[in-house]
Amino acid sequence: MEKGVSARRFPIHIAVFLAPAVLIYSLFMIYPLIDTFRFSLFSPNEAGNLNFVAFDNYVKLLTDPDWSSSFWNALYNNFILFLVHMLVQNPIGLLLAALLSLPVLKGRQIYRTAIFMPTMMSVVIIGFIWQLILNPLWGVAETLMWHVGLDAFFYPWLGDEATALITLSLISVWQWVGIPMMLIYAALLGIPEDLTEAAEIDGASHMQIFWKIKLPLILPTLGVVSVLTFVANFNAFDLIYAVKGALAGPNFSTDIMGTLFYRVFFGFQLQIGDASMGATVATTMFLIILVGILFYLFVIQRRMQRYTF
Amino acid sequence: MGIQRKITLAAALAGLMALLPITASAETSLTIESWRNDDLEIWSDKIIPAFNKDHPEIKVVFEPSPPADYNASLNARLAGGTAGDLITCRPFDASLELFKNGTLEPLTGLSGLDSFSNVAKSAWTTDDGATTFCMPMASVIHGFMYNKEIFKELNLSVPKTRDEFMAVLEKIKSGSRYTPIALGTADQWEAATMGFQNVGPNFWKGEEGRLALIKGSAKYTDAAYVDTFKHLAKWAPYMGKGYTAQKYPDTQNLFTLGRAAIYPAGSWDIATFNAQADFEFGAFPPPTGKAGDDCYISDHTDIGLGINKASKNKEAAKTFLNWMATSEFADLFANSLPGFFPLSNAKVTIEDPVASEFVSWRGKCKSTIRNSYQILSRGTPNLENELWNVSAQVINGKMTPQDAAKQAETGLAKWYAPHK
Repeated sequence: MEKGVSARRFPIHIAVFLAPAVLIYSLFMIYPLIDTFRFSLFSPNEAGNLNFVAFDNYVKLLTDPDWSSSFWNALYNNFILFLVHMLVQNPIGLLLAALLSLPVLKGRQIYRTAIFMPTMMSVVIIGFIWQLILNPLWGVAETLMWHVGLDAFFYPWLGDEATALITLSLISVWQWVGIPMMLIYAALLGIPEDLTEAAEIDGASHMQIFWKIKLPLILPTLGVVSVLTFVANFNAFDLIYAVKGALAGPNFSTDIMGTLFYRVFFGFQLQIGDASMGATVATTMFLIILVGILFYLFVIQRRMQRYTF
Repeated sequence: MGIQRKITLAAALAGLMALLPITASAETSLTIESWRNDDLEIWSDKIIPAFNKDHPEIKVVFEPSPPADYNASLNARLAGGTAGDLITCRPFDASLELFKNGTLEPLTGLSGLDSFSNVAKSAWTTDDGATTFCMPMASVIHGFMYNKEIFKELNLSVPKTRDEFMAVLEKIKSGSRYTPIALGTADQWEAATMGFQNVGPNFWKGEEGRLALIKGSAKYTDAAYVDTFKHLAKWAPYMGKGYTAQKYPDTQNLFTLGRAAIYPAGSWDIATFNAQADFEFGAFPPPTGKAGDDCYISDHTDIGLGINKASKNKEAAKTFLNWMATSEFADLFANSLPGFFPLSNAKVTIEDPVASEFVSWRGKCKSTIRNSYQILSRGTPNLENELWNVSAQVINGKMTPQDAAKQAETGLAKWYAPHK
């Protein structure tokens, strides 16, 4: 069969069918990426004309203290944001999915919809609601904590350097936990019942079934969830911008790559936008995400294949 | 207009720039780009009809964008050739940049410019003072607003010196449940603009100190600036609970709900407060060091209007700018937008009591503008951003006044030759 295909002449219809997608994808995804990279190799002189400077912008971003301190700070904060999602959002998503797939659970649709609901809301609304909840002047958080005797622990979390980023990360977790839950839930539903039934007959407990049978079978899904979390967090911008503005205070403690890019590229208040440095930050963000994805594809996913058989 | 706007939007979205000249060239019409989306009604109901009384042949459309997006979206539209004929100018470098790269028309020879002082024009004039490229439209004045009812209830009088000011704060704190001073640091600019730039001119003697910074004969580490930060740090115990997470709207609400006595203000708040506060409020200028000292106020040039070089209706645009220099416009503008003060030399009577209190300080005190705006915020790190950051940190108690001054100065010294 394969021999027959390769013997025939070039299958033009395949190219024709692929063309629309390839063209649109190239025009709106690949071309901008390449052009952004090209742009990052130029720098404007005094008169505003662009000169080719090769990798000078990257050297500046990584070594000039004015740029590198913001860059490393943003990258560090971005890792914190990602870690909170990995350590809080995804385990909770897994737990919720496991609970949802319990056969004895009643009102499953209601829980599923309620937990997924925040995902469908605008980040601006989420940011606004949580700022109101946590507001030290009229927020409901302190009153609620008072009712359970915890009001002494209330604190203006969003206003403190030490807690602002974690608070924002948890708000984001609250919003997005529905996505890993749905993906894992779907994977759990896909596990054939004869496997779990066989285990039950062999005398395995619920816990054993989950850890020894279900979890290994959904590992590829957990991998996909991790990759999605990674990409989404290193591209994050909107929640921080909506809550803390582009200066990502206090003292840049909530500054991530997205907000850094925004300030550099578009400018901020009296800071004039710098398109070529902005392109440099954007390309660096792309490279960081690319490295992360390649690491996943070549190191983790290959190993995982064994378990899926 | 609705349809035309939709067409414009759709065309912009699709990147079909070529469509636009067809929709725009039908008659002599001027489109104004602005970030003042709050003022849409005033422009369409008052200012434009008044202009059309004299010039019925020119159709004017006011098309604002949200303030935070204005610079970015304007630049995008200018680059794409879809920007309006008249461009509302941010003060100083943002507009200077537009002039330098040839997007703003020089206004040399425009007769209306004669009605403005050099200080008023300074925000939109080249560094050598030769060319003005935007018509000054309005300034905003900093000061303090206070709740007259609370002051009466606690038997307080308006403070004139900083010692009196601190004493008033202490009396409010110990004698009532009101928040003495409504200010939050979460947005950072409040700390810098309503705090540092508001009270500061009295420390650094207004223009004298500002120009000395530009020349390099004064530094941010000088006593005047450290003392300003020290004074701000003293406010912290009198601010609202959790002020580190308090944002600008929270601050406004704290005052308009009658829960705070004093509000470090920009005059632009007057309109909001007139609409929201159901008590009587007044205003006082930033207190001085000793009674009888010269007083200085931040009378900051904030809004100008320039002509898009690519506009097809430049003559009409010039007609509009000249009309803006008349006392008719000044009067209309000042009274429709209390808190935005016209910059022309025309005599204007402002009816709003608080706004006229603010503008009366121009007679008693010397005017200056925010000291980071001219020239000093051109480099990296950006001085204005630094001031936002350190002012907020000083009030949060996370940074000493000395360190704050040092950070601003070292940042400036990195790129600005007179400070090296």
